[in-house]
Amino acid sequence: MLQIPLWKRVVIIGLCLLGLAMAAPNLFYPRVEAHNDAVKAFTDSGAMTDAQAAARAGWPDWLPSGLVNLGLDLRGGAHLLAEVKVEEVYKARMDSLWPEARKALAAERATIGAVRRAPSPDDELRIQIGEPSQIARAVEIARTLASPVVTLTGVGQNDIEVTGQGDTIVIRLSEVERVATDDRTMQQSLEIVRRRVDAAGTREPTIVRQGTDRILIEVPGIGSAAELKALIGTTAKLTFQPVISRGSNPDANPGSGNEILPAADEQGVYYVLDKVPVVTGDELTDARPDTDQNGYPAVAFRFNATGARSFGDYTANHIGEPFAIVLDGKVISAPTIQAHIAGGSGIITGRFSVQEATDLALLLRAGALPAGMTFLEERTVGPELGQDSIDAGRVAAMVGLVAVVGFMVASYGLFGVFASIALLINIALIFGFMSMISATLTLPGIAGIVLTMGTAVDANVLVFERIREEMRSAKGPARAIELGYEKAMSAIVDANVTTFITGLILFVLGAGPVRGFAVTLLIGIVTSVFTAIWVTRLMVTLWFARRRPKQLVL
Amino acid sequence: MAFRLKLVPDHTNFDFFKYQWATFGFSVFLVVASLIITLVMGLNFGIDFKGGTTIRTESIQPLDTGAYRDVLQPLNLGDVAITEVFDPNFRDDQHVASIRVQAQEGDEAITPEVIGQIEAALKTVDPEVKFISTESVGPKVSGELIWTAIWSVLGATAAILIYVWLRFEWQFAVGAVAALVHDVTVTVGIFALFQIKFDLTIIAALLTILGYSINDTVVVFDRLRENLIKYKTMPLREVMNVSVNETLSRTVLTAGTTLLALIALLVLGGDVIRGFVFAMTWGVIIGTYSSVYVAKNIVLFLGIDRDKKPADPSAKFFTEGTADADN
Repeated sequence: MLQIPLWKRVVIIGLCLLGLAMAAPNLFYPRVEAHNDAVKAFTDSGAMTDAQAAARAGWPDWLPSGLVNLGLDLRGGAHLLAEVKVEEVYKARMDSLWPEARKALAAERATIGAVRRAPSPDDELRIQIGEPSQIARAVEIARTLASPVVTLTGVGQNDIEVTGQGDTIVIRLSEVERVATDDRTMQQSLEIVRRRVDAAGTREPTIVRQGTDRILIEVPGIGSAAELKALIGTTAKLTFQPVISRGSNPDANPGSGNEILPAADEQGVYYVLDKVPVVTGDELTDARPDTDQNGYPAVAFRFNATGARSFGDYTANHIGEPFAIVLDGKVISAPTIQAHIAGGSGIITGRFSVQEATDLALLLRAGALPAGMTFLEERTVGPELGQDSIDAGRVAAMVGLVAVVGFMVASYGLFGVFASIALLINIALIFGFMSMISATLTLPGIAGIVLTMGTAVDANVLVFERIREEMRSAKGPARAIELGYEKAMSAIVDANVTTFITGLILFVLGAGPVRGFAVTLLIGIVTSVFTAIWVTRLMVTLWFARRRPKQLVL
Repeated sequence: MAFRLKLVPDHTNFDFFKYQWATFGFSVFLVVASLIITLVMGLNFGIDFKGGTTIRTESIQPLDTGAYRDVLQPLNLGDVAITEVFDPNFRDDQHVASIRVQAQEGDEAITPEVIGQIEAALKTVDPEVKFISTESVGPKVSGELIWTAIWSVLGATAAILIYVWLRFEWQFAVGAVAALVHDVTVTVGIFALFQIKFDLTIIAALLTILGYSINDTVVVFDRLRENLIKYKTMPLREVMNVSVNETLSRTVLTAGTTLLALIALLVLGGDVIRGFVFAMTWGVIIGTYSSVYVAKNIVLFLGIDRDKKPADPSAKFFTEGTADADN
């Protein structure tokens, strides 16, 4: 009767072994980390230095190599919360709309009179006309400037709203377009920040959008938040340069006035370019994914007035020749000029996939941050403090563990030993699971693990106390054990579900270190219920089957 | 018979509800006193909730807070607080200070220029000083964080209320939540009384206290539900006494292991999380107390309709599940 079916035993032992295997790399943290870095470097670049090869050899490839991420408070690094001033983009849009509107309205000067721009709030364009009686006509003309917004929700709506008030035309972005613009601004900002942080080559930065207009940036290992801010502040350099030739020798002599630059996505391809750019990214006002006349993905772009003039002149004279789009010293694309590109807008074709076209558009727009940023929150933790915290946490955890184990063994004897083994497995499972999902361990997270040590034995205590009680009502030992597990179950479930609820709320609403605490707490609850119910029960039944004691000493 | 540490004898028969009114009155007094202390003294909010900047410095030179204050004075940073940090883990030549500067007018987070000024000023006093962490939170974010904190505590309480109500009787839910409110208020009161820094991690600790306290409360409720069926004619007061006595050993053991682990962390875990661990340690003590003297007291006051069967299908489901496993 006091038995666990074979398949269940296999599953229980299997899960424990899996957890132990997953947790094991954390014991050799620096070595495994170096190994992982080397592997990553190898997949990224295809090459390995001797040091990297040695680091890779330091940990066998076939062993699990997942590690628990260390939070900023343990590893040291910088954390920034930035708010993007999305409204700045509205103003830029309104400003760029004005020349177009003036041109359209001036064509009908005979009917609507003189046209001039009136002062307005940043997110509006106000145009005064000479003949107030013709306002309806003027609004009609202005409406022709609108173009439909293509979003999932805003189909059939235009990007601008035009209304007439007396002698003034008021143009502002429609609600749908604002949302779309905000979204674009955020994507662009994220992409730029990501590129600039990546360029600094730090380990696993976290760059995520938070809410509607915020960006959370966490960079481990960087000296200070001020350094990070400076890094984000630097502008990416975009140029359009004439191509002299294409080759594979990085050391070739490019000739005077020329330079040699590598291709961004093709290994071993180098371009010789004229040093003087035709146009620079400063003059680009927009870029978006589009399709060419054959329906293939392409990127549409637009220059400002000066950019448009120089680009138009150059393309008129160099049809059929390639020109290079250079970003931060790398040629991202070298398309051939198909036709004279007048009016400052055109498309870049190439063998793009839709994703590549989208990325390229993003990169082109990503020359400069689309809008300013305010930093709402910043935190820097020095690596020494992080290491101190890890050391302190480790010592405290060890001492706590020894105390809990001692207490359990003193209280329950052999059963206390079972519970202690289960506790050790439990801690391994927490680390194993966290490594598997690459969860982040923070200082409060360490506290969560220590707390879990204290509470994890609770389920066992409930069971053992119950067994003691059942023994008093003079049942045989096997029956007492069985009833103990059975009757303690509802208390274990209730007690853990309620704790789980609070942990879940912490996880959803908390951020940073607090979320790290919630993660260890939640994982700890699940693993402790598993180890307390199944692992100790397995140990107890195995022991019982071997010894067949007439009387339980608990 | 082998040696066993027995903190609680096998059969206890304490009358936990003998001083029902006195203990309940004491709890009410604690809550009221905590509220008054919190309102009068105020909480020592950290920058998470108040905005501002904290800089942690470390030096091998002994710390002279007066000199630090003097050199920071001319920078016109407004309210500046400098405190020395002590911890048993520190080396003999490790002198740590925490400098808190109020949020600057017109700025969200602190500007690198201001940090630069502060660092330069402190270097004039102590050239060896190192700046090992800097945290700055703008007023906008700190305002939001307060609300997030309040919502999370309220949300957790409401979720627990609903869960306990579904699994037990409404009287149990009221008792459990009263105990939670008691625990949170008294813990906040302690933080106000000793002016311990109150930041986001303390909110996490409060939620953990909620979890621990409800855990304890629910275990006794679970036994109570079982005993209400077992002893159908026994007066409620005695059934409750029997239930608390039966689970006393477990309560003491679990509180014991948890406190052991937490005290290790409190002493050895470093000063960075001391406030957080202190809140949890205190919470375990107050949570254990309140699960008997607040939660059960209230259930006793409210009474239970014992004609209705207190067992519920989900409880049965879980126990059946384990019975299967044994076959």
